[in-house]
Amino acid sequence: MKTTKHTLVALVEDKPGVLNRIASLFRRRNFNIESIAVGQSEQSGLSRMTIVVDGDDAKIEQVRKQLDKVVEVIKIMDITDEESVARELALIKVRATPSTRGEIIQIVDIFRANIVDVAVDSLIVEVTGDEDKVDSLIELLRGFGIRELTRTGRIALTRGSAGPLLVEEPKEVKVLRQPLKPPREETESPPDW
Amino acid sequence: MKKTGAQILCECLVREGVEVIFGYPGGAVLPLYDTLPQYPQLRHVLVRHEQCAAHAADGYARATGRTGVCLATSGPGATNLVTGIANAYLDSSPMVAITGQVATPFIGKDAFQEIDITGITLPITKHNYLVLNAADMSKVVREAFYIAGAGRPGPVLIDIPRDVFQQETEFIYPERVDLPGYKPRLFGHPTQIKKAAELINGAHKPLIIAGRGVIISKAFAELRELAEKAQIPVVTTLLGIGCFPETHVLSFGWLGMHGMVYANKAVQDADVIVAIGMRFDDRATGMVSSFAPKAQIIHIDIDPAEIGKNVRVDVPIVGDVKNVLQVLNEQIIPKEHMEWLSQLEQWREEHPALTVRETECLIPQYVIRQIYEVTHGEAIVVTGVGQNQMWAAQFFFYDKPNSLISSGGLGTMGFELPGAIGAKIGRPEETVWCIAGDGGFQMTIQELATIVQEGLDIKIAIINNGYLGMVRQWQQLFYGRRYVHTRLWGPDFVKIADAYGIAALRVTDKKLVTSAIEKAMEHRGPFLIDFVVEPEECVFPIVPPGAALTQFIEMPQEDRVSSQSQQQR
Repeated sequence: MKTTKHTLVALVEDKPGVLNRIASLFRRRNFNIESIAVGQSEQSGLSRMTIVVDGDDAKIEQVRKQLDKVVEVIKIMDITDEESVARELALIKVRATPSTRGEIIQIVDIFRANIVDVAVDSLIVEVTGDEDKVDSLIELLRGFGIRELTRTGRIALTRGSAGPLLVEEPKEVKVLRQPLKPPREETESPPDW
Repeated sequence: MKKTGAQILCECLVREGVEVIFGYPGGAVLPLYDTLPQYPQLRHVLVRHEQCAAHAADGYARATGRTGVCLATSGPGATNLVTGIANAYLDSSPMVAITGQVATPFIGKDAFQEIDITGITLPITKHNYLVLNAADMSKVVREAFYIAGAGRPGPVLIDIPRDVFQQETEFIYPERVDLPGYKPRLFGHPTQIKKAAELINGAHKPLIIAGRGVIISKAFAELRELAEKAQIPVVTTLLGIGCFPETHVLSFGWLGMHGMVYANKAVQDADVIVAIGMRFDDRATGMVSSFAPKAQIIHIDIDPAEIGKNVRVDVPIVGDVKNVLQVLNEQIIPKEHMEWLSQLEQWREEHPALTVRETECLIPQYVIRQIYEVTHGEAIVVTGVGQNQMWAAQFFFYDKPNSLISSGGLGTMGFELPGAIGAKIGRPEETVWCIAGDGGFQMTIQELATIVQEGLDIKIAIINNGYLGMVRQWQQLFYGRRYVHTRLWGPDFVKIADAYGIAALRVTDKKLVTSAIEKAMEHRGPFLIDFVVEPEECVFPIVPPGAALTQFIEMPQEDRVSSQSQQQR
């Protein structure tokens, strides 16, 4: 069976041990996590997890169903085939001598990445984008000598006004006193990088 | 009114209808034990090892369908529960396990008898809790009982630090449980049910495989209606035994590794299989890739994750078995499958696995059959794991739900005695027979003391072959008869029983089997019979591990001297 990388998005209760429960489930069921990213969601008390997992369709279906059984998982969806935006952030500490610094900065500019720290013999590059973009930049920088590297793993949201994970409409809508900024003209979906 | 954490726990247990707690005291749970006398409606059964508290709660749950409760202290008390919790988890038995924990200031300090039991039991519970505040107690207990019993049942563990038992707080009982993340789907999808009905109505060789889900859902009448309406033969899983009367004309035994040949053949030849409340365990399916090659499979289960987990399914129906069958049955057209049923009958005649063969010596199958004859099948049989379990499942005919209680998924030797204690306490009016092997019996033998202390009228039959029989059988069949560490010296079980104050007999002669069983039945109080049987008897038929269900090994011909006088039923 063909295996592909799937993106699962889960809304989970923000309680101690939830991440442990989910990580333990993956190990126990012999599923392989490519990456997992957890953080606050739009609702207080709920976290949103983005899990990237590799496997064939049957296996992914099992993963989804098993995760759904965890009491603290409110909702889980496989958004692989949904219209979605997925991003990852990486910090790359790369060796930079006076002679290579200029070249590195050029590459960083092309990738619309940022240099967030400069030291005598190194730079820290911050890059945001999908995995391919991050991978490409890392590959390019490897030639200069990467000293340290950290990646967040994928986070993702489905496109459109209301995500399919929305649990319920908020009962109270806060009235904003400040005038709303005019919505930005979103013509096309933003380029991936 | 203010109450302590321990009082709140007890109040909640009473409100959940708990009548018995199987437990063992210790330092961390002392405040709770100190509170128990205030709640005389909570009967406490003192076991001799915490593992048996969990097994007894499990046995109680299986016999009654209610949630069993066990209680242990922190550290070793909690870890001793682990096997019993895992056993309940794999067989979907509703259980709430309560453990004490070191006082909150000591958590994480490797304090005396501290262990992270919520971490340890993470993969073997449906859910677990660490209660850090007495104010959370009532909500947690309420949720725990709900989760344990709802949907596909299972164990839930509540870990409570000693000081939380002592904290005083306002007792507010939550009227309802609100768990947005746990909402079992109880009703099947109408479209899928319609598809299933069409498949069944068009089938020529339909077959029902019924599992423990039918028992849990109490869908006996619905299952029977489905089978009788469309004349569909029924085979069960090992844990499904009793969900359909085994003496019914449409009953064709149970499938799997030691299942009946005709049941396995039926599975392999059926064109439509209705799998109800079962999970296609590897012991049931044999080699999965060759399982039911001709069949379209309808799978009804309350746990969506079971569907498509092990075998491909054509029509998945997620829902409570009883609800689903009620809707399904309305759409079933009455039918007769004469040809198919006579084919099955023919297989049954060709492969008479359930005939006890004529022998001079004492064989275990005969013992089980005689227990069946003497009790007229009116008993709850609680088995160990291994040969004794398979013979008990084969040679006793179960007509009632929950009449066979056995550790299936985990296969826990030593379950028999504590399991029987739980069953007897749950259903005191029933005769309870504990069928043990000499190996498993020695794993939890100390519970004889519990039986005496609680005055439990449990009949115990030890199938004593001086071996770890099932392992020895595998060594015989698959490891060139090299009996490595399976020869088992055992004590004099009659003297052991005597030391505990339990009446006991040893039977070595076949002619004395029936009278011994009769004597046990007449005796008021617990009774133990040590049946010293043929040491190298094997369980047949057997589908070798990893083989297809059709690749069964039957009893060698020279051993199969069956007499005409012995009826199969």
